[in-house]
Amino acid sequence: MEYVVILIAAVFVNNIVLSQFLGICPFLGVSSKVSTSVGMSGAVLFVMTIATLVTYLLYQFVLVPTGLDYLRTITFILVIASLVQMVEIILKKVSPALYQALGVFLPLITTNCAVLGVAILALGLENGSLLKAVFFAIANSIGFALALILFASIREQLELADLPEGMKGVPINLLVAGLLSLAFLGFTGLV
Amino acid sequence: MAEQLSQKQNFLKGIIKDNPVFVMLLGMCPTLGVTSTAYNGLGMGIATMFVLLMSNIVVSLVKSQIPGKVRIPAFIIVIASFVTIVEMVLEAFIPFLYEQLGIFIPLIVVNCLILGRAEAFASKNNLISSIVDALGMGIGFTIALTVLGASREILGSGSLFDFKMVPEDASTLILFILPPGAFIALAYLSVVFNKVSTKIN
Repeated sequence: MEYVVILIAAVFVNNIVLSQFLGICPFLGVSSKVSTSVGMSGAVLFVMTIATLVTYLLYQFVLVPTGLDYLRTITFILVIASLVQMVEIILKKVSPALYQALGVFLPLITTNCAVLGVAILALGLENGSLLKAVFFAIANSIGFALALILFASIREQLELADLPEGMKGVPINLLVAGLLSLAFLGFTGLV
Repeated sequence: MAEQLSQKQNFLKGIIKDNPVFVMLLGMCPTLGVTSTAYNGLGMGIATMFVLLMSNIVVSLVKSQIPGKVRIPAFIIVIASFVTIVEMVLEAFIPFLYEQLGIFIPLIVVNCLILGRAEAFASKNNLISSIVDALGMGIGFTIALTVLGASREILGSGSLFDFKMVPEDASTLILFILPPGAFIALAYLSVVFNKVSTKIN
């Protein structure tokens, strides 16, 4: 039951993008096509889950016992940077098409604050355990995927819309994101 | 390219022409996440500016020592060290701001603005230009965050820097201090910014 609550909270109530503002860069950057946004969501799911697994273990069994927990930010970002590099190498080999599509944004997963943010937030869960932390990461990446794919679908339609000159580009995208976020606000109080 | 720019242009580009928030869309997470009040926006802007300045200084000093292939991890280490310093200083001296900014303080490390300037500017230019660039970009970022924070605070709670401007029981547009308000306020601010910057040019 506890896990169902975590899932619903992470996907709908406290959506990582739309209500916690983590991972806004890829949210605005790779959302012009649904197909790329699906690829990006997959990459984030993979990196976020492994990153949280590794950083949680590292924090609990290395940093805390040695009293080095103030090095949290540095160690976490290093682990994430190496993981991203690994995903990049694997993707280049396995799926060159997807690698082409994600282009510049794959190395930027390193600076995707959603990954580091979830790794840090997972440390503060109530009655935390490794399983719960990993589940939290998966739930949040589903939330990220949901927001990104919904947003990309709207943006595809938006290309055909007749807009005032000043609203074209960034402003209308932000406005759409705002309305999407408003819709998600309706889930408040669900859990 | 940068050599041809005078230092004044170099400084000003961060504020208007290449404003990190409105033009380059860098560092959007803290921009949207912490700007529910003007004070938070200002605090975040200054913290980010400090890290940006220090990392630009260090990167431009050691750029010739860093092998090209590992430059990104090296830059990240430099940035993460300064973020850790900021985190400890804020926790010790301004605990109120530390509470308010919360998760977004460690997340300064993944602010694309800082890594972006290290990669695109400081690793190719000398110390003085890098400092000027960091100050320009930092001030541009701080202004953007403060303005966004101020507009959201005025609309959402009817106050500015915690100074109440409407009666206690007046109804304000709560929407603007909630998450959707961040997106909507930024959308309209960037329309205004685009208009103003086209006028100036």
